[in-house]
Amino acid sequence: MAPRVALRGLRKSFGNLEVLRGIDLEVAEGEVICVLGPSGSGKSTMLRCINFLEEPTAGSVEIDGIDPSAKGVNIDRLRQRVGMVFQQFNLFPHKTALANITLPLRRVKKLSRREAVEVAQARLADVGLANKANARPIQLSGGQQQRVAIARALALEPDVLLFDEVTSALDPELVKDVLDVMKRLASGGMTMVVVTHEMGFAREAADRVVFMDEGVIVEEAPPRELFERPRSQRLRDFLDQVL
Amino acid sequence: MERFARLADTFFDLEVMRRAFADLLTEGLVNTIYISASAMLFGLAGGLVFALMAISRRWWIRLPARAYVDLFRGLPAILVILLVGLGLPTAGIRPFGRYTPAYAILALSIIAAAYITEILRAGIQSVEKGQMEAARSLGMTYLQAMWLVIVPQGVRRVLPPLTNEFIILTKDSSLLFVLGLSLGERELYRIGQQVASRTGNYSAVMLAGLFYLLITIPLTRLVNYMDTRMREGKPGAGEEEPLELDPSASVPGGRR
Ligand SMILES: Nc1ncnc2c1ncn2[C@@H]1O[C@H](COP(=O)(O)OP(=O)(O)OP(=O)(O)O)[C@@H](O)[C@H]1O
Ligand SMILES: [Mg+2]
Repeated sequence: MAPRVALRGLRKSFGNLEVLRGIDLEVAEGEVICVLGPSGSGKSTMLRCINFLEEPTAGSVEIDGIDPSAKGVNIDRLRQRVGMVFQQFNLFPHKTALANITLPLRRVKKLSRREAVEVAQARLADVGLANKANARPIQLSGGQQQRVAIARALALEPDVLLFDEVTSALDPELVKDVLDVMKRLASGGMTMVVVTHEMGFAREAADRVVFMDEGVIVEEAPPRELFERPRSQRLRDFLDQVL
Repeated sequence: MERFARLADTFFDLEVMRRAFADLLTEGLVNTIYISASAMLFGLAGGLVFALMAISRRWWIRLPARAYVDLFRGLPAILVILLVGLGLPTAGIRPFGRYTPAYAILALSIIAAAYITEILRAGIQSVEKGQMEAARSLGMTYLQAMWLVIVPQGVRRVLPPLTNEFIILTKDSSLLFVLGLSLGERELYRIGQQVASRTGNYSAVMLAGLFYLLITIPLTRLVNYMDTRMREGKPGAGEEEPLELDPSASVPGGRR
């Protein structure tokens, strides 16, 4: 079976700045990958390429074996298979929590209003926010907003879910609720690529940890191995700094 | 004393006002609102299209929008009104037959669209980039994301300058007198001005002015109210931070 995500020789430049310098990575179904790396190493850019928010300068991104540049592939359709959760939540402020979820269900998945509301309520319940359906984002805490954002991405039943430092903008006491939701997803078999600074989460939930620096993958290994026996000096320096 | 009486007579002759009142109310006010509101609606539709064109990444889509805005913001309103309202029909282009108000609305819409383009562009561009990215990552197309996510938020933030634009449009509709609107189609100013030229008395013009104020002052209050509300960040007003939209300050794309 084709991997959920396959990056092959992925390169991305902004002007003269080459941010990704040849990334090869495969993510199998149900696998949880955590991505670590110093600021500016290209982690977000890699996620954005997986979601086609950025177009690769060279190399390829395949989802379920489908290359978006192939003939007859609709990139908006392909993108539906990839969900993304952002550091800044990016909920739609003019919509309630429920409507944030029903909007794409109705407009993208073409569900009826009743079906959409049903799915949205179920996903809100999954993240422990069934009672916040009618709240506006502004009325929710950061942690609650982020859980709504996760519910919104989940509702579309993506094949892969991408997380870009989703707890970095949260007050420390709100981080746990969000991480708990993500751990539950991970053990439930969701395929995930998680950029994070939460080493505890990486240790506990990741099948594989990837360490990036300066646009390349420097090391990748199961969490225990990577944390306890880092092979490169760059990773040792990085771990010294964050742990 | 005599001088005062003459002043009162010229501007505040109650008898003249009384006689013009019915026409001003049932014909003038109705047509002024009808013409300005229609022009506002068409201006919004046109302005939205041009605003979306103006933020395109492709220069050949941006260029026509840019040219349109520069042209119709740069020309005096009365010139556009004359060219569209009288020029077009004279040249044999009569999509609306002899129905002059339609040409009047078209002329005002063309002008309004140019200003509204700039207002909406500012509103749309003030919406955080993350909103578009989130919408796209949920599988929406670019146009779906614009229409369902970006535009509703952008418009909310520029409601004050949009309302301001409607106020200006209402006042500018007085310039339509150059089209010589006929009986039943006249707007406020034309009625007042006809009474004045017939009788040499300006009381009907004063009364017409009062009717304009009846529209514009409440709307001005509304603009100020919305501004304060947004500044204080009341939920449901503009959400997030509003743009700097003090109508007396530099309104994006606003005029006067
Ligand atoms: N749209 C863009 N235009 C120009 N440069 C960009 C753009 N996006 C990212 N970059 C640059 O690419 C580099 C990598 O950015 P990226 O956001 O991928 O890093 P990151 O690993 O996610 O860092 P952080 O941990 O700070 O989020 C940075 O130097 C950044 O300034
Ligand atoms: Mg980043």
